[in-house]
Amino acid sequence: MDDCHGPAVATPLPPVASGKQHVVAIVGPPNSGKSTLFNRLTGLRQKVANFPGVTVEHRMGRAKLGHLREIFVVDLPGVYSLQPRTEDERVTHDVLAGTMKGLPKPDAVMLILDSTNLSRHLSLAAPILSLGLPTLVILNMADDLHGRGGEVDAAELSKQLNTPVILISASKGTGVEKVFEFLNSAPHHLPPKPPLLQLPVLQDVPKVRDWAANMSRRTNFRAPAPPLWTRRLDGIFLHPVIGPLVFLMVVVGVFQTIFAGARPMMDAVAAAIQTSGKWIEGAMPDTPLRSLIVDGVWSGVGSVIVFLPQILLLFLFIGVLEDSGYLARAALIADRTMARIGLQGKSFIPLLSAYACAVPAIMATRTIENKRDRIATILIAPFMTCSARLPVYTLVIAAFVPEKPLLGPFFGTRAAALLGLYVLGFLAAIVTARLLKSTVLKSTRAPFILEMPPYRWPTVTSLLLRLIDRARVFLRRAGTVILAVAIVLWVLANLPLHDGKAPAIGDSIAGMIGHAVEPAIRPLGFNWKIGIGLITSLAAREVIVGTLGTIYGIEGTTQSMGLQAALRHDLTPGGAAALLVFFAFAMQCMSTVAVVRRETAGWRWPVIQFAYMTVFAYVFAFLANRIVSLWF
Amino acid sequence: MQIGFNKKSPAASSEPRNLTALKKGETGILDRIDMSDIDAQRLMELGFLPGHTVTRGHAAPGGDPRVFRVDGSEVALRHETAVHLILR
Repeated sequence: MDDCHGPAVATPLPPVASGKQHVVAIVGPPNSGKSTLFNRLTGLRQKVANFPGVTVEHRMGRAKLGHLREIFVVDLPGVYSLQPRTEDERVTHDVLAGTMKGLPKPDAVMLILDSTNLSRHLSLAAPILSLGLPTLVILNMADDLHGRGGEVDAAELSKQLNTPVILISASKGTGVEKVFEFLNSAPHHLPPKPPLLQLPVLQDVPKVRDWAANMSRRTNFRAPAPPLWTRRLDGIFLHPVIGPLVFLMVVVGVFQTIFAGARPMMDAVAAAIQTSGKWIEGAMPDTPLRSLIVDGVWSGVGSVIVFLPQILLLFLFIGVLEDSGYLARAALIADRTMARIGLQGKSFIPLLSAYACAVPAIMATRTIENKRDRIATILIAPFMTCSARLPVYTLVIAAFVPEKPLLGPFFGTRAAALLGLYVLGFLAAIVTARLLKSTVLKSTRAPFILEMPPYRWPTVTSLLLRLIDRARVFLRRAGTVILAVAIVLWVLANLPLHDGKAPAIGDSIAGMIGHAVEPAIRPLGFNWKIGIGLITSLAAREVIVGTLGTIYGIEGTTQSMGLQAALRHDLTPGGAAALLVFFAFAMQCMSTVAVVRRETAGWRWPVIQFAYMTVFAYVFAFLANRIVSLWF
Repeated sequence: MQIGFNKKSPAASSEPRNLTALKKGETGILDRIDMSDIDAQRLMELGFLPGHTVTRGHAAPGGDPRVFRVDGSEVALRHETAVHLILR
């Protein structure tokens, strides 16, 4: 569950505290190309990690220096200063000061700055140089600087700052060999001498800015012409009429991709899991072990792995949007609408993603810097109708709602019922967001500040590394939490043994638990069988379909007429409505609980969220049962 | 936080011009930021420094938030924030 200590790390990093490893930190303002450089240096030998007790993530990786020598590289959050005001700044400050738990003080620092905006970015050099650590100043985006007619004298800047300065282009790879040279000799570096121009008082922003301006003037810095292409593209993407149209097309594109586009791949994965399951079934003797592996592990873990293509496609989309710079424009366009429910523009894409799956959506909230807005977004994301709810919705709607045309041949009563459930989840999210933002997560009055980076081509390497990282996180969870839940459920459904054979489901431990919870769920119109389904669906919502199939002794497919008939026999229309409402609101998903714990660095929020959503679901399922029972 | 010395009382008849007064493409010179220390410092780090020029860029549909060009970069601010950035 905890990705820092997961056993299945693809590229295990040796313990940092071994004493012999040298650590070099990469620091820089946002959008200075930190991550691109980090990817160049470490490639696949990297992973995302959270420091204990903070939600800010950082990336750790190993740079190969030849002769089996390696050096640790830490990619820190983007900051403009080291004044510890936000959590990002505090983490960067603490790591560089050597006070961060679990990480030794870095042996050296690489300060990466955007050379096209040098006079402002140099402001960060003042606090970094005052740390007294060996420092390499990297002026990035050299190609962009020269392409727009800018000029900078790296040798002169080096003389002025009294520390090595190099000019590179991390995205093109030019000059990166000089970074490796620095890393190679990092353990032998001496602390830098103070710069020729005395460092300013660090707390005084205008003074620091003046220092930076003086410094860049002394090095004959010629600022480049304004980014023409960015201006032109913004003329389209932020056009009062065309802009929202493009935005709408992007939104529909994302939605369509994660729903329809991922479908063939998901079907292929499902088929592969089924075929391999059959193959294992055929290759093993008929023992309880076979049942555990095929029915428990294979189908349990498989039902989650099916979502991998969807998640990867979504992150490919988000990666392209973020790296190209469009995400900032989308956030700008969505901001006013999101502000109405107390959130902000950057919450939009994560909430849209939650329609596919809350897990990647919650991971995608990392683009929201405002901590309260981020937590509010995380807390409402599971209300969005994720694709795991669809099998449940389809089954119950098909069993209870007769198909009649409402608006032409394509929109009938069943489609209306499904749409109604989507609206229901959306309304619950809005109500919850308003509630949160007017009480516990009332904004800190921190102003909404959104930087508009210039448009850039996303690089294939950075997109691929991102996808590999997300796939790793997802599969590791499927291999740990979900695996454990699947095994436990199988054991509960197959014990105690009767004459050496698995019991009927009603006599199993799971059945006993179902009977035990029956009094609590009877007001909703559910019997003990649904109770077992509710419990197994804690692992993942769609599991209830398979469970009910097992309980009714029927092959558990959503299309099965037998299962629909069995449900109609066991549930009143009121109970069916209650079941739908319960699934619309309850947080029946261990993966989501696990990812919320990881992203909020603690159990507090996932516990509150789980309790809130369960109570919410119970109350409204009860009301649905009562109201529907009045008519039917 | 008050930066600069042009402090006017809010009761003054002529309200000081703030960033929201800038039309698209218009440029003004920032005088001070009427916000808490922390927020003002953060805005200054992004380039909203007293004495520096600010140019109004594009805006979201409906006119809020607006993009401002400042010190070599572009930053979007909501109306509620922009009113606290006072022009000379």
